[in-house]
Amino acid sequence: MTPTPKDATREIRMQVMWNRLISVVEEQALTLLRTAFSTSVREAGDLSAGVFDPQGRMLAQAVTGTPGHVNTMAEAVLHFIAEIGRERMLPGDTYVTNDPWKGTGHLHDITMVSPSFLGDQLVGFFACTAHVVDVGGRGFGADGKSVYEEGIQIPIMKFAESGRVNHDLVQIIRANVREPNQVVGDFYSLAACNDVGHRRLIEMMQEIGLTSLDDLGEFIFTRTRAATLDRIAALPKGAWSNELLTDGYDQPVRLAATVEIADGAVNVDFTGSDPVSRWGINVPIIYTKAYACYALKCVVAPDIPNNWASLDLFTISSPVNILNAERPAPVSVRHVIGHLVPDLVLGALAKALPGKVLAEGSGALWNIHISARPQTGQDGRRAEILMFNSGGMGARPGLDGLSATAFPSGVMTMPIEATEQTGPIVVWRKELRPDSAGDGEYRGGLGQVIEIEAADGHQFEFSAMFDRIGHPPRGRNGGADGKPGSAMLDDGTVMRPKGWQQVPAGRRLVLNLPGGGGYGDPAARSDAARKNDRTRGYITEDGK
Amino acid sequence: MTGVRLGADIGGTFTDIALDCRGQLYSTKVLTNYAAPEQAILDGIAVVLRDAGITPAELEIVIHGTTLATNALIERRGARTALVTTQGFRDVIEMRTESRFEQYDLNLQLPTPLVPREDRFTVSGRIGAQGQELQPLDESALERIADHIAAEGFGAVAIGFIHSYMNPAHERRAREIIAARVGVPISISSEVSPQMREFERFNTVCANAYVRPQMADYLARLQVRLKEMGATCPVFMIHSGGGLISVETAAEFPVRLVESGPAGGAIFAADVAQRFGLDRVVSYDMGGTTAKICLIEDFQPRTARTFEVARTYRFCKGSGMPISIPVIEMIEIGAGGGSIAWVDAMGRIQTGPESAGSEPGPACYQRGGERPAITDADLVLGKLDPENFAGGAIRLSVDNARGAILRDVGDKLNLPAESAAFGIVEVVDENMANAARVHAVENGKNISDNIMIAFGGAAPLHAARLCEKLGIDRCLIPPGAGVGSAIGFLRAPFGYEALASKVVRLSEFDAGAFNALVEGLKTTAEGFVRAGTQGAILREITAFMRYVGQGWEIPVTLPDRPFTAADVAMLRDSFRDNYAQFFGRAIDGPDQAGDGLEIEIVTLSVKAQDERTAPERLAITTGTSVADAPASRPVFDPARGETLPTAVVDRAAMTHGTRVSGPAVIVERETATVVTSPFDVVMQADGTLMMIRKEIAA
Repeated sequence: MTPTPKDATREIRMQVMWNRLISVVEEQALTLLRTAFSTSVREAGDLSAGVFDPQGRMLAQAVTGTPGHVNTMAEAVLHFIAEIGRERMLPGDTYVTNDPWKGTGHLHDITMVSPSFLGDQLVGFFACTAHVVDVGGRGFGADGKSVYEEGIQIPIMKFAESGRVNHDLVQIIRANVREPNQVVGDFYSLAACNDVGHRRLIEMMQEIGLTSLDDLGEFIFTRTRAATLDRIAALPKGAWSNELLTDGYDQPVRLAATVEIADGAVNVDFTGSDPVSRWGINVPIIYTKAYACYALKCVVAPDIPNNWASLDLFTISSPVNILNAERPAPVSVRHVIGHLVPDLVLGALAKALPGKVLAEGSGALWNIHISARPQTGQDGRRAEILMFNSGGMGARPGLDGLSATAFPSGVMTMPIEATEQTGPIVVWRKELRPDSAGDGEYRGGLGQVIEIEAADGHQFEFSAMFDRIGHPPRGRNGGADGKPGSAMLDDGTVMRPKGWQQVPAGRRLVLNLPGGGGYGDPAARSDAARKNDRTRGYITEDGK
Repeated sequence: MTGVRLGADIGGTFTDIALDCRGQLYSTKVLTNYAAPEQAILDGIAVVLRDAGITPAELEIVIHGTTLATNALIERRGARTALVTTQGFRDVIEMRTESRFEQYDLNLQLPTPLVPREDRFTVSGRIGAQGQELQPLDESALERIADHIAAEGFGAVAIGFIHSYMNPAHERRAREIIAARVGVPISISSEVSPQMREFERFNTVCANAYVRPQMADYLARLQVRLKEMGATCPVFMIHSGGGLISVETAAEFPVRLVESGPAGGAIFAADVAQRFGLDRVVSYDMGGTTAKICLIEDFQPRTARTFEVARTYRFCKGSGMPISIPVIEMIEIGAGGGSIAWVDAMGRIQTGPESAGSEPGPACYQRGGERPAITDADLVLGKLDPENFAGGAIRLSVDNARGAILRDVGDKLNLPAESAAFGIVEVVDENMANAARVHAVENGKNISDNIMIAFGGAAPLHAARLCEKLGIDRCLIPPGAGVGSAIGFLRAPFGYEALASKVVRLSEFDAGAFNALVEGLKTTAEGFVRAGTQGAILREITAFMRYVGQGWEIPVTLPDRPFTAADVAMLRDSFRDNYAQFFGRAIDGPDQAGDGLEIEIVTLSVKAQDERTAPERLAITTGTSVADAPASRPVFDPARGETLPTAVVDRAAMTHGTRVSGPAVIVERETATVVTSPFDVVMQADGTLMMIRKEIAA
């Protein structure tokens, strides 16, 4: 069949518009990066941005961003549409929430959604999410007994109506958070980024002469769905299960998953996972789903763009448990267990696809929130400082794991020189941790060592959000486990993996981040690779 | 111009020479000689001197730019380098940002650091964030490291200590100690790149050390060979920021030569802009493998403080290495005439970044290339004349182009060759348009307010469609566009930008300390400029500012005068105005509560350059007559979506004021200008072509 010239032209125009739409959301994300206040957004890229059709289906997302935000935001827009209601939506509106169950899993993430009108016609939505530095309550940490202790809750509501900011809301936020200027500044940044997306979309539609995105959406969804179905069709059919133990708050937590691959659909079920924890390490299902889908996509369809159609074929199910915690469970550090969901799911997939899936890695970011204070009676600065740090990634079939690299999270670390400008601390060490990688034909990535001390005349307390201390990343296909992490003071005092703790003046906090698991029989590792490991000092003479 | 000035640009494929001999321009292209790069320059000089009928002794200045430093970084052909760094920070250049630049590719590989781990040595001694010494430098440990470096036969040394941009004392002392025991060049990060953020700064000092021995040798050889041929004039180098520096400075800071060729292109465009009095211009340079887009405001290309070279993964942001030096800010994407077109899993046409290069070249070159390139698509759409490409030097095969396009694109999408070719060109044009839009937004500008200046072999083929997509009304295609960078060198000022990172909160503004900082930067910048000129010097002082808590700074131009405590209000207002221009609105809310957001200065820059006499101003001609279309050939018109009979006009036959109505193709020896149906084209007084929207009347 030869297409008519009209069909051919339409095909090409649709392709070009799809590219343009992706460029629009990249501009949206860039605006957020450039204007944000929190180091987590501006240095580390802990954000997401996307454009949706009037039904709330995600058309395109910015490449910039992290899976925990992108895939949760994809669901969140539906809640906004349901709660605000079409009849209350006006041009110039911006809606906001930090509801963990309707947004991205904890109160620190602010999600904003703005309707995009062409004339008086609703043509779509822009949404974005960013992690702000403080939301009041106990501060970022796992110690809360319920979500009510974890900070201010903002139900889905209008941040701005017809362009006018809701100053009552701003006043309430200012009164409830520790760093009001930065937090309110970030609210403005989020709203501005949706505004930029909206302006660019309308320009594009006017230039091309579009009155709706329906045809383009149909084109995007049809293409994506077909490509994803092709990939699923190539997978073996059946069900595979996996379990994983993590440190938890004060006792180990068991996670369980079953991946079921059927014709045209993949489901992950989390039956068998431990019940809801008393501490703030629980995960709302929206966040569990985000990382389960991310893991599936990495293996099944890495090159297919993320949108409603590509996510729609991956479903999840779970009874109420730690991976499907209901309100009012505490969820502040839901990312620790959430970041281990990919290793859990990948372990099941590895049974379905032997030889194709990487070993376990450090998984959860080793985030540390530091509250620095002058010592009693001394002058000095107070500051809230957040650092993101990464251990080693698991070895890949055919490649060593990446050292000190975030996975599954997509964030960056903050430069030490920037961190030390934010508050009175000194980072004495931040470098690779030799002998931490799991051995194997391909070894895991190395973890890292970090040493932090309060600046002269200061002391600090910190919120630990660490895992893989009692339960190291496991190797795959005969590969050895990575070395577990540890948290201690330089005098040997052992610190807990979760919760707020003190570091006295003059003492250093020493963090050893886990190394990734190895892949394949260590006996098969090449001499050249072993020699290189020793030359580089990745493995020392004492190290084995 | 009355003098005799010569510009030489060594590029990846060609070495371009441009000679301005008392106002008359001569140029030539010779193949780049990788074994002896200076030989290509001498060969080219011989050609233009012969054409101009002058001797080497008559040359008054030679201005040189080169990709050799860039290539050494990309191909990893530098010296074995030792990095001496702060204890606890051995792996900064290896750990990078601890992130993956591509989220879904689990087989990702990160770029290898320039200096492997076994060659990175740490020493205790620590400067704090405010520049205070927290721990003294361990000098005896440094002596041991120096002995080891000497014994191991390293070719270069880089020193990078934490917070050295605040206080360089430890780095300088370490250099003294090592220099006493090691005979190789030593680079220190506080001189090469005195900016905050350790990964970028350490990587920059390593890059500088890594290419330094090779570049110093090359520059010395070049000077000797020039003298031997009788050229006794001074030689200056163009740097990435678009100014001139002495050969001695270049040999010490060769990392500043990275991207000097593209910088020349931007200066070329800035000069054209000034000649026509255009204060808002976007330059568009498209060659064989990449396209570069740069904003030029008030005849000055925009500059940035950091960029990325040697991207390893599909031109993906984050897959290269960061270099923090003043650089002409441009966006570069993998879109050139040789970029390969292909179809992805979704049935979407993709182009580049893989390039057919000049060997084997696009399929139509008939040199063994089998995959379809942008040039193949341009040919199938009728934009190129197969009999007259590159002055007839290469005969193009339409059949080969059609075959390749059908096999790799058309058959997969069930499209005929013409439609597939249109798809390929539309996708590459859209990618360039998107890059240009994002680049403008990053700088708080609206792209459609600009006039385009297009140069480079492939740009005139795509410029009109790009303007359609960007809503741009006019586009200039200057003569000599094929050697634009070399011509740009001739127009470059003696200029240098000195930078210092120092965080100054406006609430703690100390006018005395601030003035001292500015004076220090002035002295540094003018010192470099004085090496090349005794004339008047222009200065531009810029503060990079932000709200306290933000991580991205915006540039704010400051007056060139001593500051007083009363200037805090001026600084705040200037920042807020600039901020609103970038991001729509300044952040007002918190201010009303009386405890407004604090504002801080993070980096200061002083740019100094010699005062140039402005080129003779030319008026833009919109043309008086619409010439009849003579010969015609069928060319696909993207706006109309169909093939139209199109006028073909020889550029040389057009006279000042001639206006030709699009669709038309203006042909010349090295390329062709495609005028699409929404545009007319008008010949200007100096041989520049201007495309102009039809609705803008003659």
